[in-house]
Amino acid sequence: MTLPVLELQDAALRVRGRTLFAGLDLQVAPGELVAVLGPNGAGKTSLFRAILGLERLATGRATILGEPARRGDRRIGYVPQQRVWPRGTPMLGRDLVTMGRTGSRWGIPLTGREDREAVARAVWAVRAESLAARPVGDLSGGEQQRLRIAQAIVDEPSLLLLDEALSSLDLAYQAEILALVDAERQRGAAVLFIAHDVNPILDRVDRILYLARGRHRLGTPDEVLTSEALSALYGTRVDVLRVADPEDGARQRVFVAGVADGHEHHLEDHAEQLEQLERSE
Amino acid sequence: MSLADLFDYSDYGRLLGLVLNSVVACAILGIVGGLIGVFVIQRDMAFAVHGISELSFAGAAAALLIGVDVLLGSIVGSVIAAAIIGVLGARARDRNSIVGVLMPFGLGLGILFLSLYQGRSANKFGLLTGQVVAVGDDQLWWLVGVAAVVFAVLLVVWRPLAFDSLDPEAAAARGVPARRLSLVFMLLLGLMVAVAVQIIGALLVLALLVTPAAAATRVTHSATLVPILSMAFGLVSALGGILIAVGSTLPVSPFITTISFAIWLVCRDVGRTRDIRRFRRAAEAHALEAA
Repeated sequence: MTLPVLELQDAALRVRGRTLFAGLDLQVAPGELVAVLGPNGAGKTSLFRAILGLERLATGRATILGEPARRGDRRIGYVPQQRVWPRGTPMLGRDLVTMGRTGSRWGIPLTGREDREAVARAVWAVRAESLAARPVGDLSGGEQQRLRIAQAIVDEPSLLLLDEALSSLDLAYQAEILALVDAERQRGAAVLFIAHDVNPILDRVDRILYLARGRHRLGTPDEVLTSEALSALYGTRVDVLRVADPEDGARQRVFVAGVADGHEHHLEDHAEQLEQLERSE
Repeated sequence: MSLADLFDYSDYGRLLGLVLNSVVACAILGIVGGLIGVFVIQRDMAFAVHGISELSFAGAAAALLIGVDVLLGSIVGSVIAAAIIGVLGARARDRNSIVGVLMPFGLGLGILFLSLYQGRSANKFGLLTGQVVAVGDDQLWWLVGVAAVVFAVLLVVWRPLAFDSLDPEAAAARGVPARRLSLVFMLLLGLMVAVAVQIIGALLVLALLVTPAAAATRVTHSATLVPILSMAFGLVSALGGILIAVGSTLPVSPFITTISFAIWLVCRDVGRTRDIRRFRRAAEAHALEAA
């Protein structure tokens, strides 16, 4: 058996006394795509931060290719939740990608030939050659997202963490980003994909990790996306509806109904705010 | 009073020799101020610079009063201010209110110390509005030394600092130590403000620590060109200001501020014209595609 790219053993994460998940065991193989789903504040981004070594697990271990997770691990590529750069930001497309390669290095800021070539390869891989010389602030959300992915893959990572990489993108751009993710998986990278809506990636997903209410459920889409499984997870009645895609009858679209009443939603918003607050500190 | 009373360049060479120290100090301040200004803009800290400079003024005024070196007092004041802002104001909104609270306090302290001071009144105004002609040999070496340290450390931390300024989430994931970097940057900023106060005065520090970088980001977005242009603009403003002021009875500050403002105006216009042209071209291409 090959070494798993990411392994979590009995992992628990607590933020301000609130348990986001506990007893989480997860092994992700090269090329595998795991979707991370769940309501706001369930701890999806915190899980990523733990894998990146930015958050300490309360119990258990996280290992990347057999080594403990640590800060600044260059074998992990990370695309954070999108924040659009405004017009006038003093950075070209190429600069954004270059930062992924040399941004954490100290010393005289000269970019060597090897680094320039790696940047050119990443830019080429996401077909962003025409964006490299343009100011990032002048680009659309989808174009900025492509450059972010180039930044994340510039070191050819073994593990790619994508946080809401498709949100606020139109369908054509979503398809483009997904094609890039496929290419990375073919190269052998494992992918963890936080998604607000699972449908755009449903036909690619190997497994789903669903986080809610401090609990989790891990399994194939057919195992996790059922009324029974999610009702057990939420501790309240949840209906999972499967509807044939009107544009492509062979595909199904999944909808989760009755997830939270107003009160619980309010609590979750609160948890989300707390999480953001902590992250900004 | 006629123009001839204000400007007299008949004996320029000899005058220049007398103020050579000040010319060197201005050139260095222009370059390093332009460089650090790039991060002041990127990290949205123009207001913080103003706050630091007022506490730097208070420190300098206190030094004047108790008879110790003014640059030293200035550095102590601005480093304390920079540390307070750095520790308490990690987030932009907190930072602005902290600066807003510190600034009048610093200015008030400075005015108190100056009122108590019995020495030459020219010194008093100098701290607020600039006193460059008074740079002595000893002082010059201190100014050069502090500026050189700021320049060198900035170069060493350049890439992580830029990464953290422009793309903080990705930088943190790559292991960039944001908190420590931010404190180092505040310290550098404090040192640079203290140097600038000596030359251009506490009230006008922004003309060399913000305006050149703001002008540079108007004409280019390249992470490489912005600092180079900004240093060039800072150098032209500061050096141009002192070279004009040498033949004049007027202080140096208004010349520096006017030149840097003029550069900003030109850059703004150049940038706008180019943006409009680019948009027009994009619109035409779009129309062609549609047709």
